[in-house]
Amino acid sequence: MAGLSFDLIALQLFAGLALGAIYVLFAIGLSLIFGMLTVVNFAHGAFYMVGAYVGLYLISIGGNFWICLVAVPIAIGLFGLAVERVLIRPLYGRGIDYPLLLTFGLSYVMVECVRIAFGKTGYPFDTPEVLQGAVDIGVGYFPLYRLFVIGATAVVLLALWLFLEKTSFGLIIRAGARDPQIVRVLGVDVSKMWLIVFGIGTAIAGFAGLLAAPLQGAIPEMGGTILAEAFVVTVVGGMGSIGGAVLAGLLVGVVVSMTSLFAPEMAKVSIFALMAIVLIVRPQGFFGRAGLMS
Amino acid sequence: MTETPQSIKQPAAATGSWYEFATRHRASIVAAVILVFPLVMPFTALAVNILIYGLYALGFNLVFGYLGLLSFGHAALFGTGAYLCGIAIVHFGWPWYAAIAAGVAGGLLMALLIGVLAIRTRGIYFAMVTMALSQCVYYLFYQAVDLTGGENGLRGINVRTIDLFGLRIDFINPMIRYYVIAAFVIAAFFVMSRILASPFGAVIEAVRENEMRARASGYDVTLTRLLTFVLSGGFCGLAGALQALHLSIVPIEILHYETSGLVVMIALLGGMGTFFGPMVGAAVFLVLENVVSVWTVHWQLIVGAIFIACVLFFPAGIWGTLIARGRR
Repeated sequence: MAGLSFDLIALQLFAGLALGAIYVLFAIGLSLIFGMLTVVNFAHGAFYMVGAYVGLYLISIGGNFWICLVAVPIAIGLFGLAVERVLIRPLYGRGIDYPLLLTFGLSYVMVECVRIAFGKTGYPFDTPEVLQGAVDIGVGYFPLYRLFVIGATAVVLLALWLFLEKTSFGLIIRAGARDPQIVRVLGVDVSKMWLIVFGIGTAIAGFAGLLAAPLQGAIPEMGGTILAEAFVVTVVGGMGSIGGAVLAGLLVGVVVSMTSLFAPEMAKVSIFALMAIVLIVRPQGFFGRAGLMS
Repeated sequence: MTETPQSIKQPAAATGSWYEFATRHRASIVAAVILVFPLVMPFTALAVNILIYGLYALGFNLVFGYLGLLSFGHAALFGTGAYLCGIAIVHFGWPWYAAIAAGVAGGLLMALLIGVLAIRTRGIYFAMVTMALSQCVYYLFYQAVDLTGGENGLRGINVRTIDLFGLRIDFINPMIRYYVIAAFVIAAFFVMSRILASPFGAVIEAVRENEMRARASGYDVTLTRLLTFVLSGGFCGLAGALQALHLSIVPIEILHYETSGLVVMIALLGGMGTFFGPMVGAAVFLVLENVVSVWTVHWQLIVGAIFIACVLFFPAGIWGTLIARGRR
């Protein structure tokens, strides 16, 4: 452990935050959808993956990364709207497992469609030129793109927070998460709200996939792994809690990054150990409302 | 699941006598079907697969259909059974029967470990936690290269002959292999039928139907869930052990979460919470896979679409729908 300086650990911490930022984006979409619709979106990983591939396609026909940052969430969000309207809406009121099973089947279809369109092997995804290289952040040089990922996540979180807390529509969403029946009685069209929330959640998943692509490339199976890890994030943070998703996402990112520094072979297992500890000590997670799942 | 299809145990008065007869002798009927099955199937290898996946789905259905908990981590139970059986033969030179016992024990133990953690959560959490924990098991086996062969899978599980009371049986012959495996599967079906018919089986369904009422009646709901999950692990461990003997190799993909998803699909397709459903589901699913794979490599697209259609239009599954029709 002689070579482990403070700077190295601090740099690894930042790398963990960048990784955690992707988890946060993925998990808040999942959490937002669950909190409102009580739907566990098993296709969330597939939306994430399609986000990366749509970005890849847009760049191949001459777009640039900045256009993608706007176009990808819109495209994936629209697709999400269609999925909710056509496939998930008929299942409301039929038991909590059915939407989960349906989205699981949907993830198979989406992954296979991407394989048909783009082939089975993955593609590298070039980091945009402006964001290549590294900058000095005081403790050492840190890849600029990862800094950008952290920044972009912060912007999305801020926008989401403003939307939920400061707009009248956000107020309805928060009320609907607490008690959809009362909101319906007050004359609000809850199904339209659910549609929009599903669209927002999937749009964020697509955005996360696009952000993750330059870090790890794009392969059709990229959604499956992060889905299991995002479940850890939601269990640790508390299902349906956005604040919990943010905190737990960053924590999971840092845990992965720190264990890969000290014990690389345990990096993948460490986050599940974290989940096991949380399940034993506090089964509802950091900010989970006890009784929400019953 | 709140609206699971009607389970088989219904008051006999409302149904025909043939139905009552079929329910009483359900395990014997399964045994008869399994014994005749390879004679009508064109490929014995496919028939063996159907047996093994049917058994896997039978174990899964105990948790999903009868207990009402959706697990997305059963690959860990199936895979642990396969790996322990294989490791016992390859690394320790155990005889085949001891290796199968090791597989069953592995399934039980893994189910206990996962169950203790996952049972602490409720409802929809259960699916997420079991999936995450099985992913953890995948990584653990992936990294234990010395024991499991890691990415290449565990090779060299060669069981050529099976010694039975001085009788040497040729395990290479596909027909004989089928009947050896069938013996275990039939035994498992009898055990399952016994469990479901026991008072404990009634408690399992009581917990599914109304947790509060079961608790108020003095049953330990948490313990019932854990015990059921562990029992399910035993069946899946056996299925995994048989799979290891059948394939002579344990691929790492056996622990992949798609193996968990596969059994969910088979159980739903066949009819969750029905006795014959898992076998019917496994047969239809695997035959369909065989047929479709002939003309397209994009089998997953078809699977996903069929599964979506099942969830939307046939949530009771093939066998569940047939039962509902027959009872009318």
